Amino acid sequence: MFDQPESFVTADGRTIGGVMMEMKNITLRFGGVVAIKDISFDIREGEIRAIIGPNGAGKSSMLNVISGFYNPQDGEVWYKGERRPSMKPFEVARQGIARTFQNIALFEGMSVLDNVMTGRLNHMNAGIMSQAFWYGKAQREETENREVVERVLDFLEIQHIRKTPVSRLPYGLKKRVELARALAADPKLLLLDEPMAGMNVEEKEDMSRFILDVNDEFGTTIALIEHDMSVVMDISDRVVVMDYGKKIGDGTPTDVRSNQAVIDAYLGVAHD
Amino acid sequence: MIYRESGDFSETYPADSQTFPIKFDRYRYYAVLVVAFLIIPFFINDYWANAILVPFLIYAIAAIGLNILVGYCGQVSLGTGGFMAVGAYACYKLMTAFPDISIVLHILISGGITAAVVTLFGLPSLRIKGFYLAVATLAAQFFLVWLFNRVAWFYNYSASGQINAPDRTVFGYLVTGPNTEAWAKYMICLVFLTFAGIIARNMTRGSLGRKWSAIRDMDIAAEIIGVNPLSAKLSAFAISGFFIGISGALFFSVYLGAVEVGEAFGIQKSFLVLFMIIIGGLGSIFGSFAGAAFMVLLPVLLKNILVGGLGWDTALAAHLEFIIVGALIIVFLIAEPHGLAQLWRIAKEKLRLWPFPH
Repeated sequence: MFDQPESFVTADGRTIGGVMMEMKNITLRFGGVVAIKDISFDIREGEIRAIIGPNGAGKSSMLNVISGFYNPQDGEVWYKGERRPSMKPFEVARQGIARTFQNIALFEGMSVLDNVMTGRLNHMNAGIMSQAFWYGKAQREETENREVVERVLDFLEIQHIRKTPVSRLPYGLKKRVELARALAADPKLLLLDEPMAGMNVEEKEDMSRFILDVNDEFGTTIALIEHDMSVVMDISDRVVVMDYGKKIGDGTPTDVRSNQAVIDAYLGVAHD
Repeated sequence: MIYRESGDFSETYPADSQTFPIKFDRYRYYAVLVVAFLIIPFFINDYWANAILVPFLIYAIAAIGLNILVGYCGQVSLGTGGFMAVGAYACYKLMTAFPDISIVLHILISGGITAAVVTLFGLPSLRIKGFYLAVATLAAQFFLVWLFNRVAWFYNYSASGQINAPDRTVFGYLVTGPNTEAWAKYMICLVFLTFAGIIARNMTRGSLGRKWSAIRDMDIAAEIIGVNPLSAKLSAFAISGFFIGISGALFFSVYLGAVEVGEAFGIQKSFLVLFMIIIGGLGSIFGSFAGAAFMVLLPVLLKNILVGGLGWDTALAAHLEFIIVGALIIVFLIAEPHGLAQLWRIAKEKLRLWPFPH
């Protein structure tokens, strides 16, 4: 199904559109170290795309290339049919790409509500005078965006902690708040860097449910990195497998599971 | 029992995001305003104005300004004294060049000029952080003091090198110059402080404030959600500079009347205002007020106790005062590193539960 260019409907009734983001021959070097070697893959609209691989395979670097932290030395990033020039992370964010981090990057000094409200910053543009006197647009857009944020809090079931400072929350909830902040931005493409790292089974189930719900209800395209194979195989539509900066597999979970190179990378091979 | 939030339900988002969502807090705030505007002016005398109230009001404005930069945006600055001097000299030049224009306007424009200068000195913050930025702003402090000392144009080529505030009126009442009455000095500073407080609070609770706090807490994450670090940091420098400039202009024109730059706006002033916000509480408007009150009142209080109460020698008392203030600051910071604002918050939380601790 994924080899056809037009949109199609999956077995569970979701619509997968055309190519939204395409990485073409990306190479990223840090000095002499080659983190990503000539990798190409695409992300289609509405799908859940997983990037997997052993430690140090270059997965996070790949995500950082997409979100604009790193500019690759070679290769092109195409987004929505246009070649993307090298951009700063905040410019990428304004194009509708949001992300979460492997080690939580929340604003510890602020409440949950304020944290999630920061996700709406790109939708707020009241002038400085309006803000200074809290009159007109500043007040109006605060209320409008608050409504959006409350919907996200409701969706992720964290309404009850909205006024709690983030620094007081346990790890699992922090992860959820970070997802809420990314979602509040109303992204077209959501990048999740190990959303389930360090969670127990129950929390993983919750998080998987949220990811599927986000994809299902808002039609958000999701690209995620994850180590838990059972989760990846369960929730993703297509998987890219990386090892030592190279792509060794790409396809649906079933394809990837039977790919010899992938099995070798994960289980190791006998050297003679 | 006194301090309760039960029964206070916010039914709309604006009601929930207002400055004082709890009714009791709101009434207390109105009460403070009434006392400050309608009662104190009738009882104020020269001693209270010059020793306590006017310096408190002016330092509170400076503290609010610095708190926006350091407490909210996380950019350390040691140039406050120099930036206040910019406000003072801008105000002096404007007062002497355009004597017919209202002093209120002059003070506001001085704030604007200071904002521009501070933004300029804030440019390095895009590259450097923390202690290194502090050192860069320290350079601004010394450079500005040197500039106002050496370039005679700034003090209109006066022989003494000082600047003196000419007499200016607001609504027919004298607010600057040696013959100003205590209540007039108090009122003009109070009006500026009230506006500074309200504006600072509005800015810090809206999208601008969230941008600043995001940069302070984690600049990488701030960038990934779409905050342009350049504009966020520079806007913090500019708005901080605006308030600091106003406080400098008031400090010169209303409070001191005559200023020699190295004496009035030296490095000690930078540290004084920084201590105020650290003791008061970083990232809190209330903390700026509390810190300014603490640093202005403590020396006066000690002096009254040591000289007036115990009858000590003035010189001895003055020296001991330094030691005691210094020691108290250290003790205080060990006991409550997050400042008076945090103590206040804890007290409120305790009161909320009192008398039933569970």
